[in-house]
Amino acid sequence: MTADLLRLDEVAVRLGGREILNDVSFTIAAGEFTGLIGPNGAGKTTLLRVILGLQPVTRGSVLMDGAPRAARDASIGYVPQKLVIEPDMPLRVRDVVSLGVDGHKFGIRLPSRARRELVDDMLTAVGAQRYANARVGELSGGEQQRVMIAHALISRPRLLLLDEPLANLDISSEQGIVSVLARLARAERIAVLLSAHDMNPLMPVMDRIVYVAAGRVAVGRTDEVVQPDVLSRLYGQHVDVIRVHGRILVVAAPQDTTGRDEVEGIDDAGPREGASVVR
Amino acid sequence: MLRYIFEPGFFASGPVHVALAVGTVVAVTSAVVGVFTVIRGQSFAGHALGDIATTGGSGAFLVGVNQFWGYLAFGAGAAAFMEMIGVQRRRGRDVATGVVLGAGLGLAALFLYLGTQYSSTTGASFTILFGSMFVITSSTIPALIISALLALATVVVLGRVLLLSSLSPDIAAARGVPVRAVGAAFLMALAVSVALSAVIIGSVLSTALLIGPAATALRVTKGPVRAMAVAAGIGVAATWLGIVLAYDSFYWPPARRGWPVSFFVVTLIVGCYLVSYLRPRRERQDSTREAPDTEQVCSPA
Repeated sequence: MTADLLRLDEVAVRLGGREILNDVSFTIAAGEFTGLIGPNGAGKTTLLRVILGLQPVTRGSVLMDGAPRAARDASIGYVPQKLVIEPDMPLRVRDVVSLGVDGHKFGIRLPSRARRELVDDMLTAVGAQRYANARVGELSGGEQQRVMIAHALISRPRLLLLDEPLANLDISSEQGIVSVLARLARAERIAVLLSAHDMNPLMPVMDRIVYVAAGRVAVGRTDEVVQPDVLSRLYGQHVDVIRVHGRILVVAAPQDTTGRDEVEGIDDAGPREGASVVR
Repeated sequence: MLRYIFEPGFFASGPVHVALAVGTVVAVTSAVVGVFTVIRGQSFAGHALGDIATTGGSGAFLVGVNQFWGYLAFGAGAAAFMEMIGVQRRRGRDVATGVVLGAGLGLAALFLYLGTQYSSTTGASFTILFGSMFVITSSTIPALIISALLALATVVVLGRVLLLSSLSPDIAAARGVPVRAVGAAFLMALAVSVALSAVIIGSVLSTALLIGPAATALRVTKGPVRAMAVAAGIGVAATWLGIVLAYDSFYWPPARRGWPVSFFVVTLIVGCYLVSYLRPRRERQDSTREAPDTEQVCSPA
């Protein structure tokens, strides 16, 4: 046995007769930064929910440290997709981060100096200490992401799952979040699995890529996976991988019916139909 | 000076003692439960439970049982039903609540009509709809206080879990929180505090005591614990002041028979809420320049 932190074996999920994921297998090691890349609707969120234990699998297994994931497992931190926190939500940034420690517990908690310091340290680690006492709903999208990352990390998980944390962020917030995550992954040996429809912001930090299309995955180092032949097999149709100005674009060949290119990273909708199994 | 505020006999009056004691317990419970109700966006559910409590209270009056048991039974039943049909789904929730509300208030009209026909006491319908702290039956006081403490204890024990699942049900579920069971327990606590609030200011007005102090507190404070303390303070102050004013109003025109205490309590609460608008919301200075993307995050992707 290798020292895999997370291991998925031939996972399949069917929902309402529709195949969402099929034959998904990959492993993640401690401290590894993995990008979960693919077009919208490819099954990225479902895959993250499977790992969290929120989505039952139709077939296959999910193992943490070689054992099925236990309920109330604090070893996985989670930052969900499109979290909309309204401005009148009466939670300060430090309240939200503090809920990361024991928000799942019943009963009363008395304020303590140790906890306050723990929260302050975590906020400093993600660069959110400036707005520690602001209402979380009044922050910008990028600031809220930092707060939710601090919330997820304060319970010291060994695996951090983030669902589209870069969606709708401006470029400087995007780079800020990516560098914070990369630094924490290296320094604390936290494995990061981050889903995104655009791989480009992650290129400098990604150790490995799990590319999802039509419910199937191709896994490996970035340069192994982002190849025309690999992705064409995954999508089940011919795609080109174009490198331009340091960016990678996955482009589908013109379809007979539409005669229109679909460019990933520009309109983030890759080809979806008629996939075949990738081995 | 004080004699002009507290009319003679105020401190010696038995009904005033009961009103102050029960009013305080209920105001604190409603305020604390109310803060979570507002945070969870369930104010409408609270109002619906109040309307259905009207049916229960009037039914209890018809069969000669204390109206608190009617409020409680119908409120708890309605809470269970709302949980069953899934208060999580917005559209289904709105339609089902609307239909059930109509049926409930229709029944209340029938019960009140029949009840007043038999007993010829029009005061009873008034008490059910708009409450009166001065006619609380002494035999129900222990039940009122125990129910209040149970609702309060439920919400305090669930506090952090309720906050986490309001922030994100998915995060809560991933951390092993039984999100649905917690939601159901909260809805029960909400039904109980609506029933209690109905006893003191009437079933139709019960949401005022539940939502008003909480909404005001959430406007002027940032953290949840402080909000609960401020809400409880507002609720208790409005209740006490309402009792004093209602007692004083026995000497007021037009009839010199006293104004309803609910009027004073609700008016004071609404007044507080309006005053909270006069105070400008603390603006954030530090990161407004860095926040061009808020608009996009709020719009559906």
